[in-house]
This record gives sequence, structure tokens and C-alpha cells, in this order.
Amino acid sequence: MDNNKSGLMKLDPMTPEAVKVKKIFWETEDVFTIELVYDSDEKREFSYKPGQFNMLYAFGVGESAISISSDSSKKNSLLHTIHKVGYVTNVLSKLKKGDIIGLRGPFGSSWPLEEAKGKDICIIVGGIGLAPLRPSIYHILKHRKQYGKFVLLYGARTPRDILYPVELESWRKKYDIQIEVTVDRADSTWRGHVGVVTTLLNYVELNPEKTMAMVCGPEIMMKYAVDELIKHGVTEKEIYVSLERNMKCALGFCGHCQYGPSFVCKDGPVFSFSKVTDIFEIKEL
Amino acid sequence: MKTIDKSNLDKIIGILKKDGYTVIGPIVKDGAIVYDEIESINDLPVGWGDEQEAGSYKLVKRNDDSLFGYVVGPQSWKKFLFPQRMKLWEAGREGRGFKINHSDEPVPKYAFLGVRSCELKAIFIQDKVFNNDMYTDSYYNNVRNNIFIISVNCTQSASTCFCVSMKSGPKAKDGFDISLTEVINKEGHYFVLDEASEKGKELTEMLDAQTATEQQIKAADEAIASAELSMKRSMNTAGIKELLYHNHDHPNWAEIATRCLSCANCTLVCPTCFCHTMEDTTDLTGDHTERWRRWDSCFSLDYSKVAGGSFRTSAKARYRQWMTHKLASWIDQFGTSGCVGCGRCISWCPVGIDITSEVEKIRNSPKNKIINQ
Ligand code: SF4
Ligand code: SF4
Repeated sequence: MDNNKSGLMKLDPMTPEAVKVKKIFWETEDVFTIELVYDSDEKREFSYKPGQFNMLYAFGVGESAISISSDSSKKNSLLHTIHKVGYVTNVLSKLKKGDIIGLRGPFGSSWPLEEAKGKDICIIVGGIGLAPLRPSIYHILKHRKQYGKFVLLYGARTPRDILYPVELESWRKKYDIQIEVTVDRADSTWRGHVGVVTTLLNYVELNPEKTMAMVCGPEIMMKYAVDELIKHGVTEKEIYVSLERNMKCALGFCGHCQYGPSFVCKDGPVFSFSKVTDIFEIKEL
Repeated sequence: MKTIDKSNLDKIIGILKKDGYTVIGPIVKDGAIVYDEIESINDLPVGWGDEQEAGSYKLVKRNDDSLFGYVVGPQSWKKFLFPQRMKLWEAGREGRGFKINHSDEPVPKYAFLGVRSCELKAIFIQDKVFNNDMYTDSYYNNVRNNIFIISVNCTQSASTCFCVSMKSGPKAKDGFDISLTEVINKEGHYFVLDEASEKGKELTEMLDAQTATEQQIKAADEAIASAELSMKRSMNTAGIKELLYHNHDHPNWAEIATRCLSCANCTLVCPTCFCHTMEDTTDLTGDHTERWRRWDSCFSLDYSKVAGGSFRTSAKARYRQWMTHKLASWIDQFGTSGCVGCGRCISWCPVGIDITSEVEKIRNSPKNKIINQ
């Protein structure tokens, strides 16, 4: 039998490391952000790529796979923006500054920011899907000259569900980026677009030959977004999606997150659409 | 090639035990042949055989006193390398945080006696699962690196076996320390022994082994050939990946779903199925917690659950996931089929669903989307 090239791992990949909650705050009614730092060693740095995720462990309760939403060039702390939907995320939402939780990661594939150089970038996100793409947005804005036109299309349920509103505004002011936001249901204060996120494509000038798209959101929204992008002439291999599956180990061992031949945790979560075209259409795969 | 008699087989068990191995072999328990710790050859299923059909398994008395006269039972060796339930770590609350402790129990040192060729192949397959391109499962690999394997070639097949078509039997070709072929004929009751590893050679030197005569080798080969010749089932694997990938909407899946109970037996008995889940338990004080790993199955509804619901709610989608994974996507993931043709899933399916014939039904149906296979 083959021995692992690196021998046995020094750190058992199943054992969480202790990290401390530096800050925790609500972004919207049911979405919150936690900032984490290393508990013991102040000088240790977090290293990850935009699009990767961590397994966050609440003592005695369990783990949840959460994508990283901070700026990957700032290595002293990590931000996770979390939708409070299940048991673990509910417990995480009640943490206080100074509490210790467990962390395993980073895991998974990342957004193709190298391949994207020189291209126009079109990011389409729905709901919490903005969080896994925020590290990419930071990266592109920081290296703005390396990329062509930059468009961010974002759909939220209601105006009150819009994530990072202050940041969106400052990006719009400070950088060369076109940001279009739409909501499913408007209220009396809302002056912007209403409708599904794909309709926002009508407000941008895409140059399909040189556009790369990054899409993240509910699966049904991604499906429509991809269809729409293809209709606009963007090629399948230039479209990237981030998939969600049930993950337990994040190591490609437990089998839970299989998607056709892929383990979402290890081969994804970010996939080139051309790799998943066949199976994106099949129900219940 | 050498031959040994029964008393020398007993001696092997003794030597391995003295060497610190926990020797695991076949025993009769609750009406089936299962794998458990043995002390001597007296624990082996002397004179027992098994009769298997789709949906049925029965022990039967043989008219000889063979030690390995059965085929395969409901268990496989995976339960030792990849235990059904296992504590990964425990942790205690400390201040506003916690401290994780790992068990300091020594890694078990197992000798497996009676590993069938298909089972050996199943171990090779799980080797790839638990040592992927990025991570290593430390428990699996620590146990695996210590194992002493005595394979025993099959000299008969059950009606549910199809290892020949999966190229995984009935004769073990490599990966063992020692292999044995049991022969019972008018010349007596003996084992033709082949050693493959250094450890295997060292052990053989401690036995009263004779050099095998040409006749004895021939008798062993013929016994193995009879297992091959009597094999009734087979799996047509030609283009199977494409066949299954392109027939995910075939009506046969819905038809299987009318019979399948989603009981998960097939995944539990399968020697290559590796899916598992994590469970965190807490004591009443809430200050002590344990993380357990236990087998899970793609047939359970929770299996594909995410915050928004389950991805595979229908029995149809779950059976399709199981079979397509076993026979098709496994090839993309690990470069090998996930099936070794042991037939367990056929025998132990309460309603007798047969993986080989379900593939044929799709292949031969006019609705097959892949023509000319
Ligand atoms: S799928 Fe069935 S026949 Fe194939 S290895 Fe698993 S249990 Fe054996
Ligand atoms: S195929 Fe048979 S053994 Fe497998 S889940 Fe269905 S009923 Fe159970």
C-alpha cells in the first residue's frame, strides 16, 4: 500500500484548534458575522484563499461548514458571515466576545483569481452567497489594474436583508466597479431594482469573449444565473459556481458531500461550470 | 510453494499471538459466519458452509471437516480498519474554552486469518479512500500498516458471487503476507501455502512445512478453478460508467424504488462502503463532550441534509446514488470500481435486489440512452 507522501499528518485533520471570538455582530435579522483570532499565539497567521471554508465547532454541539468572508491579505483574524438556520449556527450566533470555539481548515478549492487576470469579471450572488465572494472582491479591488471591467450583481430578499450595505456604498464610491442590487420584495424606502438577480444582467454591458463569471447563491438561483450568462454569450468554462452540500469531515472521507463524481469539500466548493454541467441539470443528484 | 497441515495452522495462530497480534478469523455466531478474535483453529467454523441466494443466507453442515468451507458472511474486515462506531476525541470545558484529549490507547495490531480475494481487493480500495491526495485518516492507516494478512483462496462460490467478472477473485494474487488454499481429498486435509512478504517468509520458517508436490499444487489450482467455473453471476462492466452517468432518468430507477426499503443493509454489508457521520455527545453537566464517528449510509434521509433540506428525498434518488457511486463515480474518484463482486448486498437485501441484474435491466432496455453497449 502507498504511504501518504507526507507521512502521517502532524496535526490530525479531524481535531479542531482553539480560536477566540474577537467580535460578533448582526449584519441583518438572521445573518451575523464572527471575527476569530488565535487564542494562544498572537503571532500566528491565518492563511487561506478566497472561496475556501472552515469547519467551525461549537463545544459539545457540533460543526458547521462556513465559508470565509474576510480579506485574505489580512492574516491576523478571520471573518465568517453566517446565516442562522440550524442548530450549530444558532449556538454560534449566541457566542460572546472572548468565547473559544474550534476551527478546522481551511478546506476546499478557491475562486480562480489567477486565471481571471486580464478578464472582465462578473460576480452574481444571491442572499448569503455574497459572503463567500467577498474575499474575491477585496482581492480584485486591491489589484484593480490586473483585471478588466468589474461588475457585481447582487440579489437580496428585502432591503433589510442586504449584507454589507456600508461597504457596498464605499466600494461604489472608491473603486472602478459597477454594483447593481435588486430585492425580491421592496419596501417604501427602496428606490432600486426589484426582481430576480438575473434581470440585472440587462443593466450591464458584458463583453462575453473576455468575461469570467463567479456565481454563488441558492442552487436554483445559480442555475438561472448560469443559463442567463450563457445566453449572453459567456462560455461555460469561464463560469464558476460554489456548491453547498452536507459536509461532515471536509477531508473527502465521509462521503456526505458527493456531487456526481466530486467531493464538494475537497474538489469544490468552487467548480468550473464546465465540470458540473451534466449534473447541474439532474434533480436530487 | 509449501504445504502445511491443520496443526501447523494452529501453530501460525500461536506464533502470531505470541508476537503480539490479535488474531481475527471466521467464527459461527447467531446463524452466520462472522469475523472475531480467535484463540485456535477450534474456533473456526469446522464443517460449516453457507448457502446464499438473492435475499437469503443460510448456514449448512458440510460433509467434511473443512475450516474454510464457507464463502463470505455479512461482515467484512472493514469493521476493524474502519470501526462501525469510534471515538475520535473527547474534550472538557476549561474556562471559556475547552481542551481536547486524544485517546492514548495503543493502535491494535491485527492478524487477519481467512481474507478472501475479493475482500483483499476491498481493503486495497479502502486504502485509497482513507489516504486520498490531500489527507490521511490516521486510525485507518495506523492499523493498516500493522496488519498481518493470511488470505484463503476460495474453492467454491456462492450463487451470489461475481468476483470473476470484477477481476477480484477467486484467487488472491498479491497484498497478503501468506496465502492458503485448503485441499481435502483422498490424500488428506492440507493447505497449500504461498508466502509473499518478508514477515510471511519468516513465519513459514517456524513451521513444519513440506515443499508442495506438483500434485498438491495441481489439486489446489483445481479447487480454485472449481470456484471460478461454478460462478453463476457476473457483472457486465463494459462502458458501465457511461451507461450509468447517461441513464440517470431511466425508468428502472423508479421501478427499483417500488421494491427498495431504504434499509441500508446493502451499504452496511458492503466491504468498500465508507460513508460515515460525526456525532457529538455531551454529558449531563455539559462540561464533557465526545466526538464519535459512525457508519452512515447514503440511504438515510439525513445523509444529504443541508440547512435548506435534503438533496435526495426519494428512494429512487438514493438507490441511484448508491449504485452510480459504487459502479461509476467511484472510478472517477479512486481509479477503481467500488464493487468487488462479493455478492453481500444481494444476499442481505431483504427484498433480494440484485445489483448485477439491475445494471442489465438498464443496459438491455429500449430506454437505454447509450446505444450499442
Ligand atoms: S456492491 Fe455488493 S457485491 Fe459489490 S462489493 Fe459491495 S456488497 Fe459486494
Ligand atoms: S437495495 Fe435492498 S439492502 Fe439496499 S437499501 Fe434497498 S432494500 Fe435495503
